[in-house]
Amino acid sequence: MPDKMALEAILAALFPAGHAVTVSDGLITGDGPLGAGRIAVVGIDGNTALGIEGACHLAGRVLDVVRAGGETPILVLIDSDSQRMSRRDELLGLNEYLAHLAKALLLADAQGHPTIGLLYGHSAAGAFIATALATRVLVALPGAHPSVMDLPSVARVTKLPLEKLEEMARATPVFAPGLDNMVQTGAVQAVLDPTRPLGPQVAALIAQGAAADIRDTRDALGCERGGRPLAHDIAARVVREAQGA
Amino acid sequence: MEKLSFRHATRTALPGTRASAITGVVASGNLEVLLERNLAPDACRVEIDTAIAGYGAVWAAVVADFVARRQPGGLTITINDGGARPDTVSLRLAQGARLMEMP
Amino acid sequence: MDFKPVSLSTSPLDQSWYEASARARLAGLLDADTFQEFIGPEQRMMSPHLPLFDLPRAFDDGMIVGRGLLEERPVLIAAQEGRFMGGAFGEIHGAKLVGLLRAALAVKPAAVLILFDTGGVRLQEANAGETAIAEIMRAITQVRTAGIPVIGLIGGRAGCYGGGGLIAGTCARLVISEGGRLSVSGPEVIETNRGAEEFDSRDRALVWRTMGGKHRRLIGAADAFVDDTIGAFRKAVLAAIPAAPSFDLATLEAEQARLEARLDRFGDARDATEIWGGLGIADPAAVPGLTTEGFDALLARLPEEPHHAR
Repeated sequence: MPDKMALEAILAALFPAGHAVTVSDGLITGDGPLGAGRIAVVGIDGNTALGIEGACHLAGRVLDVVRAGGETPILVLIDSDSQRMSRRDELLGLNEYLAHLAKALLLADAQGHPTIGLLYGHSAAGAFIATALATRVLVALPGAHPSVMDLPSVARVTKLPLEKLEEMARATPVFAPGLDNMVQTGAVQAVLDPTRPLGPQVAALIAQGAAADIRDTRDALGCERGGRPLAHDIAARVVREAQGA
Repeated sequence: MEKLSFRHATRTALPGTRASAITGVVASGNLEVLLERNLAPDACRVEIDTAIAGYGAVWAAVVADFVARRQPGGLTITINDGGARPDTVSLRLAQGARLMEMP
Repeated sequence: MDFKPVSLSTSPLDQSWYEASARARLAGLLDADTFQEFIGPEQRMMSPHLPLFDLPRAFDDGMIVGRGLLEERPVLIAAQEGRFMGGAFGEIHGAKLVGLLRAALAVKPAAVLILFDTGGVRLQEANAGETAIAEIMRAITQVRTAGIPVIGLIGGRAGCYGGGGLIAGTCARLVISEGGRLSVSGPEVIETNRGAEEFDSRDRALVWRTMGGKHRRLIGAADAFVDDTIGAFRKAVLAAIPAAPSFDLATLEAEQARLEARLDRFGDARDATEIWGGLGIADPAAVPGLTTEGFDALLARLPEEPHHAR
């Protein structure tokens, strides 16, 4: 597996003329130049777990962009842990904070701010859903490694030997961690080429995102790529039956 | 997992006109039973997918008893089993037959 | 916990929500005999992945979707069966709800109702389940943008955990009962990762106090607290539909303010009882034992109504 690219290198590649993106407590916020305008940047760095404060802070920045109007795109850079697992986070309603962050990103997209997720490290579970998976277009850099649960934990829960799970993981992309598997399910649309300048690749995605209609194409991609053989057809059948066909 | 299949001839058709019914839930010690009226009135077929292998003889006895008592002619009965005890299986089959007899 | 004894009434409305199957909840919640299922069990659309794990499958994959009437108005409705695989989201399970929400944009029902009963993502189909949850959340915001209320109901034995908790947080209104628990990481997950000192999952009182229906209602994470009966859920859903907020900047700004205020006020709280005391409840220790009537009376006496933009 290739090493993951460091955030500084990614930012330098995206914004060769400089930027105003900062990282504090693992939370990425700021903006940088893009074409004639600016692109807002939010995200999570350093394999940081996403808790209530972080989700609230990032959502606030996203809503700032929406409030300011225009069509400023939003880049979501992700190298996170899962959601922070603690009694305090749950006591105070972590599900609301994570859902709120996802909703802020979905609202931004619906109101004309193309949202682009760029997964460059780890992400998992609730943190993944609240950030990268809530963007219009999600791409990754080689070395990214999303997961829902690592295989040793899956082995514990399913009571199957790890070797057997590893063998099964080679036969199906549906359960095992890893970037390739999330590409095959359609969750990650494309893997960027780090040997070419990143800025134009991201700019092309933004143009593509702005032009696309609002339909979610992830299930169609998952069907095409074989990672989710049935989801697209099942959803379409429900729509047909609901329309009385 | 083990698949089992039984075919029985019945003296009569199960009363009622309902085309299908479902009862129960697939869970540990539980099962779901799907009943469909799609066979000749004197035939009954039972297809079982069970989580626990090696109990074919018990299933055969439970199904034969159900067929003898209820005469479920015309039905295809399909079962997804999560490891239910025989008394639970009998109960669900009886519930299913009752649902199919309802107007 | 104050569960009522099993009702001797035969009316579906009097049955326990917690004890009922997903199909019984659907049938009882809607106007009698109006439920029509999409991709019913006779179509046998079962998980293609569970056989790999040598696990039994269900004809509906634990997700039942369809349409029906509620006080004679058409609604689309989905119900998770918490006893099958813990109500977890797999490929087909999730795709049925995605399809139902997409259908809502076409058929414009009076509301979409989601009857949650889930531990989160089905590990055996984790990538498909996780992606489906993201698709569901996107679709919910689109349905809400189209002016159709999406209402979540939480009161099943599996609770509403993991990605289910995030989907619930995307709904316009939430109805919850004492048996309903709403959170992301469940007690066992926190204990496994952080130890019993962080969360003793066997301490049931702690679980209910931290994630249960009353606490969620008090902090504004749910909009209605109801008795554990199908009839009580029905009544609360009917009240929730006209009260559902639109999905727009104003709603999300109000939610941002509400969530920031909660962090400011209660960020240092160690236990739910501290939060309840801070909300102006004189005897926080008595809250778990209150009946629904007593709890409603307490809500009415609070100096501030829990506000709940979502």
